[in-house]
Amino acid sequence: MYEKDGEKYYVVDAHMHYWDASRENWVQGRENLAKGWIDCFYGYHQLGPPETHWDWEHYLKVSEEDLMRDVFEEGHVDKAVFQSTYLKYWYTEGFNTTERNASLLERNPEKFIVNGRFDPRDGDAGLKQLEEDARRWNLKGVKVYTAEWHENGSRGWKLTDTESYRFLEKCQELGIKNIHAHKGPTIWPLNKDAFSMEDVDQTATDFPDLNFVIEHAGIPRIDDFAYMAVQEPNVYAGLSVVIGALMHARPKFFNRVMGELLFWVGEDRLTFGSDYNIWVPKWQVEGFVDWTFPDDPAYDDYPRPTTATKKKILGLNAAKLYDIDVPAEFQLPPPGTTADETLQPGEELVRDIAGAQA
Amino acid sequence: MLRDAVWAALGTVLDPEIDEPITELDFVESCTVSAEGVAAVRLRLPTFFCAPNFSFLMVADAYDAVSAVPGVTRAEISLLDHHASDEINGGVAAQAGFVDTFTGEANAELDELRAIFLRKASLAGQDSVARPLVDAGASPDDLARLTLGEVPPSPDLDRLKARRSAVGLPAGDDAPLLLHPDGVRVTTAQVPLHLRRARLTRVGIEANGDYCKRLLANRYAATS
Repeated sequence: MYEKDGEKYYVVDAHMHYWDASRENWVQGRENLAKGWIDCFYGYHQLGPPETHWDWEHYLKVSEEDLMRDVFEEGHVDKAVFQSTYLKYWYTEGFNTTERNASLLERNPEKFIVNGRFDPRDGDAGLKQLEEDARRWNLKGVKVYTAEWHENGSRGWKLTDTESYRFLEKCQELGIKNIHAHKGPTIWPLNKDAFSMEDVDQTATDFPDLNFVIEHAGIPRIDDFAYMAVQEPNVYAGLSVVIGALMHARPKFFNRVMGELLFWVGEDRLTFGSDYNIWVPKWQVEGFVDWTFPDDPAYDDYPRPTTATKKKILGLNAAKLYDIDVPAEFQLPPPGTTADETLQPGEELVRDIAGAQA
Repeated sequence: MLRDAVWAALGTVLDPEIDEPITELDFVESCTVSAEGVAAVRLRLPTFFCAPNFSFLMVADAYDAVSAVPGVTRAEISLLDHHASDEINGGVAAQAGFVDTFTGEANAELDELRAIFLRKASLAGQDSVARPLVDAGASPDDLARLTLGEVPPSPDLDRLKARRSAVGLPAGDDAPLLLHPDGVRVTTAQVPLHLRRARLTRVGIEANGDYCKRLLANRYAATS
């Protein structure tokens, strides 16, 4: 938990990892891909404050002790949701598998929620694995990475693929209700825009009982994301990368991107994620609580972030998605006792009931 | 000098997502022209995993632009430090097209992909041009009536016209400033939502572009 100016924030880190990118884990003959991947992440890492930068060797693989200190002791996090990323095409044992993440769960059951994953290209064996994983770890969520390369030669898939729907139906049957989707640079066919949100849009309509958390708020397609989110009530934005890559390095862009997300998506459907260990949560949580728009008319059109906004984004929204019991001291006053909770501004516009001010 | 002409040609090549020339984005690592007129251009990108389709478009566009410069006898374009460098460099040199370069992985060339981003740039560009007018007091009705010819000249206006022309949207002086992505005129009542969509699109493109620049600067910090 984090406390500032007498306000207490319950912090759920809804998107973090426990990866192994060490050389021993690089697939022989694909070392360039394994190194290319972690180098790419190391580039993101350098967008955090300089005093939080690590050397490359440490970045490859942190210990359990490092993680517990960085995330919980120093990072203000109360509950962390592990999101897996397999990448077995170039990491022998996987980059960040459910099993590896769950190895920490056994020693710290009250600290972690472990999410599973599926890849529709794994067919019946994948469905069976998902069932086993769901039973073993009581899965409430899965992470899907649509740009993942597969041994069958494919370099990606779409949520709307026929096989994908079988897996989503299985998720519903197993009580998995949160689908964290991460769009990536590749997909089949390769000529299409792999970052496009069209498949999420269709899938969110077809599975109204599932929640779709779009990681990184769809960056680099926040426009597609935001406009879709207005129309699909079960779509959320994960703010990992939005905070990590922009808040320190590019505060002006952070203000504008957050302004757009608050406007179109609204504060009830944004969730904090540190993306550990791309970045540690400490400076992200502290900076976000301190953050506000500059005093400039250019921001007048955006909803103002309040203490309640930050409490929701840092933990309360994700707590609802994952049925986390949040102690009363961190809760907001019951609805109706504060400012009116009507339509989000973006929704007014899409329904064409807004005033005509430009 | 021939190298200047080659550099100018590279300046016409856009990163489709970021909507800026590759020369401005520091994507050109080196550019040399031999006495025999062979132009050798080395390109680099912000990450090893930048999307292969956009990467291919930039390399192919650079090849076409440089090849068309009078005096250039041959263009040799190579993309460095990318997971698909070999495929892309080989495919572009052989003028194989995207489908044949990525056999079995693509089912069409990249024209539609390019068009999607030109339409986005055409929407974002309306924010760049209209925002100063809104700040100066233009009403939704004023904006809905305004044509491109009535807008004060600016680099943003030139860019908007160029993107519209490239994707086949009306770009003449009599064309409305505000157009939906499908080319239909925006009505007075639609102006507020339209401008907010244009702003959102512009924020997305500019934040993405800035992010890429920062990643590139960090990636090549030791060498540049």
